[in-house]
Amino acid sequence: MAAEPAGGTLALPEVVAAPARGRGRHVPWIPIGIIALFVAAAALAPLVSPGDPYAQALRNRFKPPVWEERGTWAHPLGTDRLGRDMLARILYGARVSLAVGALAVLLASSVGAAVGLVAGYYGGRVDAALMRITDATLSFPVILLALILAVTVGPSFLNVVIAISVILWARYARVIRGEVLTLMQLDFIAQARIAGAGAWRIITRHLAPNTLNTLVVLITLQVGYVIIVEAALSFLGAGIPPPTPAWGSMIAEGRDFVTSAWWVSFLPGLAIMLVVLAFNLLGDWLRDTLDPKLRQL
Amino acid sequence: MAPAVIDVRNLQTHIVTRWGTLKAVDGVSFTVAEGETLGIVGESGSGKSMTCLSIVRLVPRGAARIGGGQVLLDGDDLLTKGDAEMQRIRGRKVGMVLQDPMSSLNPVFSVGMQVREAVAMYHGLRGRALTRRATELLASVRIPSPAARLRAFPHQLSGGMRQRVVGAMAIAAPPRLPIADEPTTSLDLTIQAQYLGLLEELQQQHRFAMIFVTHDLGIVARICDRVAVMYGGRIVEIGPVRRIFKSPAHPYTKALLDAIPRLGARRDLLTTIEGQPPDLVRMPSGCAFAPRCPDVMDRCRVEAPPSTDVDAGHATRCWLHVPA
Repeated sequence: MAAEPAGGTLALPEVVAAPARGRGRHVPWIPIGIIALFVAAAALAPLVSPGDPYAQALRNRFKPPVWEERGTWAHPLGTDRLGRDMLARILYGARVSLAVGALAVLLASSVGAAVGLVAGYYGGRVDAALMRITDATLSFPVILLALILAVTVGPSFLNVVIAISVILWARYARVIRGEVLTLMQLDFIAQARIAGAGAWRIITRHLAPNTLNTLVVLITLQVGYVIIVEAALSFLGAGIPPPTPAWGSMIAEGRDFVTSAWWVSFLPGLAIMLVVLAFNLLGDWLRDTLDPKLRQL
Repeated sequence: MAPAVIDVRNLQTHIVTRWGTLKAVDGVSFTVAEGETLGIVGESGSGKSMTCLSIVRLVPRGAARIGGGQVLLDGDDLLTKGDAEMQRIRGRKVGMVLQDPMSSLNPVFSVGMQVREAVAMYHGLRGRALTRRATELLASVRIPSPAARLRAFPHQLSGGMRQRVVGAMAIAAPPRLPIADEPTTSLDLTIQAQYLGLLEELQQQHRFAMIFVTHDLGIVARICDRVAVMYGGRIVEIGPVRRIFKSPAHPYTKALLDAIPRLGARRDLLTTIEGQPPDLVRMPSGCAFAPRCPDVMDRCRVEAPPSTDVDAGHATRCWLHVPA
């Protein structure tokens, strides 16, 4: 027996506020703001850009950003080795990164979700066959596939999107299949079948809407990953071919001059980091809010 | 007597497992007439749910298959139907309500969308007429302020309310044969009583043949006209409820009835049935109940008893009743 406190009254245990997690977490306005900023920059690049991202001015090479000693307001973020305006190139580069991210994730998620729904619904041999294909796909490195495509058909925007989505769909397939397997155990699926619903109706009306939360979380978390892959490919020269401004290739172009002109590599790198971090934070929050089961993603 | 709506003849459903093929349903035959309710009772694994799933041909894919027999719905054998035709029969002619009201509605759609979908599927209604019919349907299962309930989501309704919604969808067609697979198991007693009253009322209204699966003999006594007792995949006794409650023929039925606690009975302990339900993979070669039967004879362990009439409409599978 615990000793009673003096005075004979029982002390109430102190109420400790549980640390807010999951549903209680704040809406992550900073990541949302960063994403909105970059999306706006990408959409409105021709309007907000201080100049032409392709215009070369060899006499203005390696101008530092405005806050550095020799910087000018004519080029707020400086110029690269061909005298092209860094700010303009970063703004236009956002178009490439976000377009690749959106397209690849859209393609991959629709194919992957369809495969996952079909595999989970039909089960048996269909499931086994589809899941073996999924496993095989996941064991193939994205970068390698993109390099092969770049070498054989040449680097292009479309090839980057194809290379990434051809591999990425498998993750969606696997996660959605898992969700479907759980849903299939629930009575409303059996009830729908007993009510005379066919495969198409059950998949589209009952299974798909119930996996939507998971899909949204996965999509958000994957956008950041795709942007990194695209940057890596562009860095390696297998991505968006120059002179189109892409953050990855900008880093590559500047790497020989890092000691003398750090901004040429650093600024596009900072852009990548900010966007990817923002998407990951947003994805984490969405996961905790919509679907706390998905902690392992 | 009214013509049989459903006539199941010698139904066989087998489950293939790693340890061998087990006969989950082994030669089950029964009929249910218009306006009649047949109760199917038995312990877990006796084959009662599997019998119902076999009628709508929805036995678990891969594991189970229907191995033989006939399921005649208004004289038409369902086991010979193509998949597309079977799909049209489900819901329209044979309805079913499952056990768990908590998960039998789709959580992401409102009740209204789901009820309207069912009504639209069977009646081809649209727009206002559809909403009106859906509201009437909810009202017919005694859901208060049905128009408001249509806008609710499943998680906003109680278990009993949800089970009524599922019930409403199951009788939307209305079907010739609704099957209720332990629909009241997870409801509390008052709600259960209300639900049973509702089923009786609906049956009087629609005159359908109903199959009610349960392990609760009290419910059988309350709403069933006839009862089939299942044990080890077979019907061991079938007949009018009153007759079976008064003079059960099969030792298993007797044991079941003895195990019901009765108000006022001076008994310190409830009677239980000794032993375990049979292992369906290693079925005894004779009568499945022989290892637990108090009246077991040598013959029971060797040969399975045939179905024998003990009275008009009352049959059992027991050697005690086979004339020598």
